[in-house]
Amino acid sequence: MTTPVLEVQGLQKYFPVSTGGLLHRRTGWVKAVESVDFAIMPGETLGLIGESGCGKTTTAKLILLQERPTAGSIRFAGEDVLALRGDALMGYRRSVQVVFQDPYSSLSPRMRVRDIISEPLEIHTNLARQSMRDRVAEALLLVGMQPDVADLFPHEFSGGQRQRIAIARALVTDTRLIVLDEPVSALDVSIRAQIMNQLEHLQSTLGVSYLFIGHDLAGVAHISHRIAVMYLGQLVEIAEATELCARPLHPYTQALLIAALPAHPDDTRERLTISGEVPSALAPPTGCRFHTRCPHAMPRCAEEVPVRKDVTPDHSVACHLYT
Amino acid sequence: MAPLLEVSDLRTHFSSFGGTRVIKAVDGISFTLNEGETLGLIGESGCGKTTTCLSIVGLLPPAARIAGGRITFLGEDLTTKTPREMRRVRGRSIAMILQDPMASLNPLFSIFWQVAEPSYYHQGIRGRSLRERVRELLRAVRIPSPAQRMRDYPHQMSGGMRQRIVGAIALAGGPKLIIADEPTTNLDVTIQAQYLDLLKDIQNETGVAIIFVTHNLGIVARMCDRMAVMYAGKIVEHGTVRNLFDAPRHPYTRALLGSITRLGSKAPLYAIPGQPPNLARLPAGCAFHPRCPDAMPHCATQEPAETRFGPDWTARCWLAATQPAKEAYDNAST
Amino acid sequence: MSTSIIQSTKSAARTLSYALNRFRVGRDLPLLPLAILVPFVLIAVFANVIAPYDPIEPIPGAKVFEPPFWAPGGSVRALLGTDYQSRDVLSRLIFGARVSLIVGVTGTIVAGGIGTALGMLAGYIGGWVDQAIMRVTDAWLALPAIVFAIFLATMVGPSMWNIIVILGLVYWTRYARVIRGEVLSLREREFVKLAEIAGASRTRVILRHILPNVMNSTMVLASLTIGVVIIAEASLSFLGVGVPPPQPAWGSMLADGRSMLMVGDWWLTIFPGLGILLVVLATQLFGDWLRIRLDPQQRNL
Repeated sequence: MTTPVLEVQGLQKYFPVSTGGLLHRRTGWVKAVESVDFAIMPGETLGLIGESGCGKTTTAKLILLQERPTAGSIRFAGEDVLALRGDALMGYRRSVQVVFQDPYSSLSPRMRVRDIISEPLEIHTNLARQSMRDRVAEALLLVGMQPDVADLFPHEFSGGQRQRIAIARALVTDTRLIVLDEPVSALDVSIRAQIMNQLEHLQSTLGVSYLFIGHDLAGVAHISHRIAVMYLGQLVEIAEATELCARPLHPYTQALLIAALPAHPDDTRERLTISGEVPSALAPPTGCRFHTRCPHAMPRCAEEVPVRKDVTPDHSVACHLYT
Repeated sequence: MAPLLEVSDLRTHFSSFGGTRVIKAVDGISFTLNEGETLGLIGESGCGKTTTCLSIVGLLPPAARIAGGRITFLGEDLTTKTPREMRRVRGRSIAMILQDPMASLNPLFSIFWQVAEPSYYHQGIRGRSLRERVRELLRAVRIPSPAQRMRDYPHQMSGGMRQRIVGAIALAGGPKLIIADEPTTNLDVTIQAQYLDLLKDIQNETGVAIIFVTHNLGIVARMCDRMAVMYAGKIVEHGTVRNLFDAPRHPYTRALLGSITRLGSKAPLYAIPGQPPNLARLPAGCAFHPRCPDAMPHCATQEPAETRFGPDWTARCWLAATQPAKEAYDNAST
Repeated sequence: MSTSIIQSTKSAARTLSYALNRFRVGRDLPLLPLAILVPFVLIAVFANVIAPYDPIEPIPGAKVFEPPFWAPGGSVRALLGTDYQSRDVLSRLIFGARVSLIVGVTGTIVAGGIGTALGMLAGYIGGWVDQAIMRVTDAWLALPAIVFAIFLATMVGPSMWNIIVILGLVYWTRYARVIRGEVLSLREREFVKLAEIAGASRTRVILRHILPNVMNSTMVLASLTIGVVIIAEASLSFLGVGVPPPQPAWGSMLADGRSMLMVGDWWLTIFPGLGILLVVLATQLFGDWLRIRLDPQQRNL
C-alpha cells in the first residue's frame, strides 16, 4: 500500500464577505470549497474538472499554501502540511510546484531564462554556480529546448516555449507533484499537443505526479489517470478517466459529457437537459448543491447533502440516486 | 441561386513603420456562403480569420486596408461602399458577435437601450413598440424574465447572459448574416453548449447564415456545414465539414485533426512541430512547409496553386495536387 | 542580497542602453534635449579644464561689473562679463553647472532611493506597513516643499551635501506613490506568485522580481525629478540657504545679480537664468521621451 504523494481530507475554504467602511461587519461567507477529499499517487495524474465557481482554483491555492483552509487536512507523503514550519515547510515547497495558465505573465520579464529556472535551486539549495547551470541545462533538455537558450529573455519566446520554460522551472528541484492550472488553455491548438505530449513524457521519465486542472473534458481525460469533478465547491464524482467518460454517474458529469464538443460532425449528442447557470457561492443551494438544476432531483436532494460513496471500486459519486 | 456572400481573392494588408513594412494578413482568399448556411473559418492566432471578418464588415483598424479582391453580399460589392453605407449594412444585414461580451456592451447603458438601439436608429421604432421589440428579442435569446432584466446593466449579468444580450443586439436588425468571432471561448462548457443550441435554433427559425470564426474544431464539427482552414493569410483547404473531417487533403488540416483530444481516447496526439508563422517573415513557397510532415523539395520554392477535388472542395498543396482530382472526388463521401 | 541591487541596477542600465541603442538609427533620439544635456554634463564634469578662471578669485586686473565681450566696455578677457567681485561670470557659470548637476543627480538619487524603497515596501507588504507609509507620505505631501526645505536647511546649516540630503528628503514622496501603485498590480502577476510558491523570502521577491520591474518607472520619474530638484536648489541658493558662498551656484548668482538689474547689468542674471531654464527644459523633455519609449516596449515584454 503506497503512501499517496498528496492526500486532502475534508478540505474546506470559506471566504468572509464583509461590508466595507469602518466597521467591517461580516455579512456572509463565500463557501468556495466544501469538504473535498482526494488522493494522488506517485506518478499519477489526477484531473480536476469543473466550471467557473466550482472551487478548483481555490483548491489549487490551498494545496500550494497560498491560502489556509478553514477546515480539513492536507498530507504530503503522509505528513501534515498545515503544521509544517521552517525547513520542513521549505521541503514541501521544494517538492510541490505549479505551472499557471498564462505563459505571458508567468516569467519574470527582466530575468534571463537561466535565472528564472534556477531560482528554486537558489532558494532551496546551496549548489555552486556551475552545478546550477548544469541543472538548468538538464531541465531545458527535458522539456525539449536547447540549453543555449538559457541566456535569453522571456520576450524572445512564443507562448508554447514559455510554457516549456515554466515547466522546466517546475521540475528543477526534484519535484514530486506539479499543480498544472489550465496549462494549455492559452496556447494555440497546434502547440497544445506538443505540451501535452511533453508532460506525459516527463511523467513517464521522472515519475512526477500531476494535479491537472482544466475545463476541457477531452483534454483532461486524455492526460489524467483519474478525474475528479467539482461543482460549486463540492467534489461530486471521482473515477478513472475512461470509466468516467464511458459511464458517468453524477447528473452533472453526464451534463458535462453531453455539453462536450464532438470530435466529428456525426457525433450527435442529445440536447443538454440542464439549464440556467451556476448559482452564487454566497448562497449555495441547500443539500446537494446541484439539485436546483438537476433533471433527476428528488425532495431528499434539497435537504440532505449526499456523501461520496463508492459505487464500483475506484468510482465514487456523491448523489442520492445511488444510495 | 446566387450565394449570399461571395469573397473573391480578398487581400488585406497592414502597414507599419510608416509604410515601410507591409504585413499580408489576408493574402488572396475566396469562399462563398449560401443563405442559411454555416461556414466555419478555422485557424490559429495570426492566420487572418479575424481580419477577414473585419474586412467583410468594414471595421478594419486604421493601419489596415483592403488591397484587392471583391466582397459581394446580396449582389453588391462591399469593398466599394462608403463608411456610411457600410454602417447601414452592418445595422441591418450583417451582424457581428465578438469574443468578449464586456467589450461589446457599454457598461453605462441599460440592457434595454443597448438592445433597442439598432431598432431605434435603423427602423425608427419608438415607445411601446420599441419595448415590445426588445422583449421579443430578449425572449428569442432565452433571457428569463425579460421585462425585469431589461432594466439591468451589463455588470449585473453573468458572462453567458451577456453573450446572449450581444446575440439579441445582433438579431435586432433582422440580419441575413451573423459573423461570430469566437463567441464561446470565454464561456463555461455547459453555458457554451446552451449558447450553441440557441444559435442553431435561431438559425432554424430565421434562416440566417452564420460565419463561425474559431480555433476549435469541435465547434466546427457541431455547428458548421462547411469549413475553410486558414494558415498564414491563405485558405489552405475548404469544403464540407464531413469531407474535411473524413478525408482531409491538406497536411495542416490532417495535422490539426490529429492533434485534438478525443473524449475517452488515450491515443497519442500528433504534435505539429514548430510555431505558427510570423506574418512579417513568411517562409518562401508554401507557408506551412517548415512544419509539414510531407514537405517536398519544391514546396519550399513555389506557392501551391489551388487544386479542386469537387464542386466545393479545394486545397492548396503540392502533394494533394498529385492525387488525380477525379480519384479524390470519388473517394470522398458527399 | 547586495548582488540583487547590483543586478537590478545593471538591468536598469541595460534597459536604458537597450532603449537608446534600438533607436540609434537616428530616427527617434530626442535630439533637442540631448543637445542641451550632453554639453551640460561634459561642461560640469570637465569644469576645471574648461573654465578660464578660478570662479572664486577675482580676475586680476579686471574691473567690477564688466559687461560681456560684445557689449561696449567688455573685453575678451571676461567673455560673459564680471560680477561685483570682478570674478569671471563664465567660469562661475561653468562651476555652477557642476553644482547643479551634482545636486540635481545626487538629490534625485536620494529621493528616488527613499521613495522607491518605501513604495515597494508599502505596495508589497501591505497591511499596516502600507497604511503607515501612506499616512507619512500624505503628511509629507501636505508640507510645502520649498518652505520645508528652507526650514531644514536653517536647522542643519548650509552646505552642498546637506542640501542634497534635504532635497532628497523633500522629494521622495512622488516616487513612493507611483511605485506603490505599480507594485500593487505587479504583485498579482503570476511570476511573483510563482516565486512566493517556490518559497522565496519577501526580501528576495522584492529585490529580484519587484525592483527590476519598477526600475522603468523609477527612471522616468528620476528624469522628470532632476529638473525639479535643480530648480529647488537654485531657489534655496537664491534665498541664501543653499550652497554657501563663495562656491558658485546658479541660484546664488541670480540673487547676487538681482539688484544690479535695475541699473542695467543684465548679464549677471540672464546667463544663470538661461542655464536653469535650458537644463530643466531638457530634462523634462528627455523624461517625456523616456516615458514614451519605455512604456510601449514594456508592453511587448
